Amino acid sequence: MTSKVLIVAEHDGAKLNPATAKCVTCARGISGAEITVVVCAADAGAVAAQAAQLTGVSKVITVENPVNAHQLSATLAPQIVALAGAFTHVLGPSTTFGKDLMPRVAALLDTAQVSDIMAVESPTRFRRPIYAGNAILTVEVEGGSKVVGTVRAASFEAAAAGGSAPIEKATVNAELPSYTRFVSVSTAKSDRPDLQTASRVISGGRALGSADAFKILYSLADKIGAAVGASRAAVDAGYAPNELQVGQTGKIIAPELYVAIGISGAIQHLTGIKDARTIVAINKDSEAPIFEVADYGLVGDLFQIVPELEKLIG
Amino acid sequence: MKRILVGIKRVVDYNVRIRVKPDGSGVITDGVKMSINPFDEIALEEALRIKERGGAEEVVVATVGPADCQQQLRSALAMGADRALHVQADGVIEPLVAARVLLKLVEKEQPMLAILGKQAIDDDNSQTGQMLAALWNRPQATFASKVELSEGKARVTREVDAGLETLEVDLPAVITTDLRLNEPRYVKLPDIMKAKKKPLETLTLSALGVEQKQRLKQVKFEPPPQRQKGIRVRDAAELVEALRKKGLV
Repeated sequence: MTSKVLIVAEHDGAKLNPATAKCVTCARGISGAEITVVVCAADAGAVAAQAAQLTGVSKVITVENPVNAHQLSATLAPQIVALAGAFTHVLGPSTTFGKDLMPRVAALLDTAQVSDIMAVESPTRFRRPIYAGNAILTVEVEGGSKVVGTVRAASFEAAAAGGSAPIEKATVNAELPSYTRFVSVSTAKSDRPDLQTASRVISGGRALGSADAFKILYSLADKIGAAVGASRAAVDAGYAPNELQVGQTGKIIAPELYVAIGISGAIQHLTGIKDARTIVAINKDSEAPIFEVADYGLVGDLFQIVPELEKLIG
Repeated sequence: MKRILVGIKRVVDYNVRIRVKPDGSGVITDGVKMSINPFDEIALEEALRIKERGGAEEVVVATVGPADCQQQLRSALAMGADRALHVQADGVIEPLVAARVLLKLVEKEQPMLAILGKQAIDDDNSQTGQMLAALWNRPQATFASKVELSEGKARVTREVDAGLETLEVDLPAVITTDLRLNEPRYVKLPDIMKAKKKPLETLTLSALGVEQKQRLKQVKFEPPPQRQKGIRVRDAAELVEALRKKGLV
């Protein structure tokens, strides 16, 4: 049986988000999958070209409409639904974009959604984390209905470039509501690697004590080309902006190296870093739960250790 | 009447250490502390603050689930909700079913806003609010960290991967709440006493005309793989040496 998988591309109008390439890898785990990526944009050219290069993609569909300049779920969902008829699976990334959009798609298709797919067992059977990753649930989509899902990016490698899928323009006949309007987005500009895709991440917790103290982490991160993350406690305290939050309700990441500095390691934080290859913990409390998951633990004063590390690595 | 509907869910308290049943049929919930889903508490707090500022006249809290859910509805009434709706249902309630129930309730109550938590901390689905908005054909503003109301509109700041996004939505709309929207109030003893006298209406799925479909079979629950316990290093030098050996720095 062939499965026809539609993947909703995440992008900012110019660049394809790396989470899309991870959805492609997830979809390739569905046996006999024929993979189509849909790019809804005002001008889809650049993004479609990037999607067409992903290995395993057999076709890219573009839906160009000025309203797609901002990726609003209320207007995107009817367009995805209009295209979904020919597909057995509709997947999106489990990022804030996909989490916002895909349930809206699922409801309009009158089907359930499988959130945070971490493994594909069969075309209808998937594994997903629940209870902040403290249990893994295997679910079976029953009744031959369409599978709508979000893909947990940290569980899959990005599909490599090297393909050259054809790109087709599509027009969709759907009524698009105007009751949601984009106002603005604010992002702290940074030359550091993106937290979600970085191979190395240096994260700070409440023990840093101030936004100013976070500077020692930025300095160390720059030395080793790492992204900077933060615990919820550090973000709540205003030491770091919200987009740096790692954990159950922040970003779920899977870097090669994760260095947790002054982070005690609440369950909600650990769920965000479980897939990191190597975890280093630096904390003055030798009983901190972060040491339970750390490959290398160092008990001591972070304000002494961090500058030392920087010097030793430099 | 300007009304806000708040959807809440009874979940295992966030401090409880989750254990999977040995036979893989679920997680252990017997004798475990249950609470209002923390994100839903934030949703209720936001509704109460809007009302206290004069932006709404009534806050109605609703849930779907077994009889025990009335404990959480009473807690919500003690926090300050004016009345509660309990839609009685046993067994698995999938987000789409919950959304269909909430759709019936918004049709009945005609709220200007439906506020829900952005996800429940048990199934971590993060679906119900978006599904309600889709079925209701109304705007959604998920992961809200700031809500400002003006005549017929809401301006909502959302916590997204890129940073903070602001949307303007026409009312009625669905908002789902993120952690930093507010800090829910503590309930005082007199409020718990008062809550016992507040109206709590029980409804059934069949009376609402909602079918309790289960489309995802829960095949198996398993504990997650455990990480190998690591080693303690003495100082920064030993740490750097270990990371160098692995080619990580």
